[in-house]
Amino acid sequence: MNSQYFVNLLIIAISAAFINNVVLSQFLGICSFLGISNKIKTASGMGFAVIFVITLSSIICSLIYDFILLPMDLEYLKTIVFIIIIAALVQLVEMVIKKYSPALYDALGVYLPLITTNCAVLGVALINVENGFDIVESIVNGFATAAGFLVAIVVLAGIRERMEHNDITVSFRGFPITLVTATLMAMAFYGFAGLV
Amino acid sequence: MSVLNWNILIAGKVLPQVSGLVLAVNVYDILLATLVVSAIGLLIGLFLGVASKKLEVPVDEKEAKVRELLPGANCGGCGYAGCDACAKAIAIGEAAADVCPVASSDVHVEIAEVMGSSVEASERQVAYVDCVGTCDKAKINSTYYGPKDCKLASGIGGNGSKACNYGCMGFGSCVKVCAFDAIHVVDGVAVVDKEKCTACGMCVAECPNNIIEMVPYKSKVFVACSSTDKGKDVKKVCSIGCIGCKLCEKACEYDAIHVNDNLAKIDYDKCTNCGACVKVCPVKVIQE
Repeated sequence: MNSQYFVNLLIIAISAAFINNVVLSQFLGICSFLGISNKIKTASGMGFAVIFVITLSSIICSLIYDFILLPMDLEYLKTIVFIIIIAALVQLVEMVIKKYSPALYDALGVYLPLITTNCAVLGVALINVENGFDIVESIVNGFATAAGFLVAIVVLAGIRERMEHNDITVSFRGFPITLVTATLMAMAFYGFAGLV
Repeated sequence: MSVLNWNILIAGKVLPQVSGLVLAVNVYDILLATLVVSAIGLLIGLFLGVASKKLEVPVDEKEAKVRELLPGANCGGCGYAGCDACAKAIAIGEAAADVCPVASSDVHVEIAEVMGSSVEASERQVAYVDCVGTCDKAKINSTYYGPKDCKLASGIGGNGSKACNYGCMGFGSCVKVCAFDAIHVVDGVAVVDKEKCTACGMCVAECPNNIIEMVPYKSKVFVACSSTDKGKDVKKVCSIGCIGCKLCEKACEYDAIHVNDNLAKIDYDKCTNCGACVKVCPVKVIQE
């Protein structure tokens, strides 16, 4: 483990969280990004649930890929296996949240099981494999990507909370203005482009 | 795609080409793939099974039973968001067993049995509109062009196009909130269908003029007016409005009808539906 490796990890983290922000520049996971970003509290709850799911799925997916699929020449099974793992993880997260935070469970509602079909989760697992990341790199990439999702959704929720009582033209109320906001945020995040 | 290519795809790697059409399929690879995926599935299934036992949230049996007994109309008459929320509130003891105004008293008793409490069999109630100022009886003093909605119209001032400031505007806001198709505007005045009414109280809450009240289902005699104006003023705007003459009060043997604020009111606990007041009422506003 030399310092070069840590610099590499740092670059992976920064590029995953900001430069290639999962929502704002890769356009993955838009559904929940727009769906439950009307309150900061539920948005951050969703963000942390996604962090948990993505980090854990990165670990398990890359473990299974490295130690089961690769040695057996079964790389082509990665999509289906990853989907199974992600679905199971979401089930687990749902059970944990239902047990320990019923209020958050009610607030997240249908979007919680929808993490299963949140393409950001599968996307991260596949990006890990495609870039040939080892396990530590996969964990860092997964965590940073999910952190980027958390930042994006919480910032959007904050803006939406402030817009709530603004005098917006009737035809722009609700989702249209949210999409405009998301666009402006994406353009702002484009400023990170030359960072690494 | 040729048969050969399909075989290659299924096996996941290029098969040694023999000659012409190759039908050989790499059985070993297929079995391995199946085995690996099923093994992963099995492991995850077992893990989730154990986790669901460990993290089980006990579901209240009472809640499920109460929910089954409730009507399921989700009308919101109980004050909760719907029948699910109402069942939850009853199960944790937050709401009384007879909180649902729609369910019959038999159902209330059943719910009380589930909860282990007792409830008095209550009398069935229905909504009644205290106005019979139909188009031919109530006078018009203006032409109303605004939105056909009682609440919006009441915000403008005046009372729709009717001259009476107390009566039914007839725009049917109560009709819109009724989940049971039990109230309709007939000839400019809302009328409750007694049989369909479930006493959920939504129309009572909706009416901006507060002229809908809850009455016992058994009652037959009602004062169909809400005007507290003096007799002379009532006469000017409506041919059937209560003028507060007190003839009914004198005619009643059971002390069940009284005139307050120029308006007769029936005490349904005392009323015997004898009809004495109906006979003496000069404007025929007391109706059977």
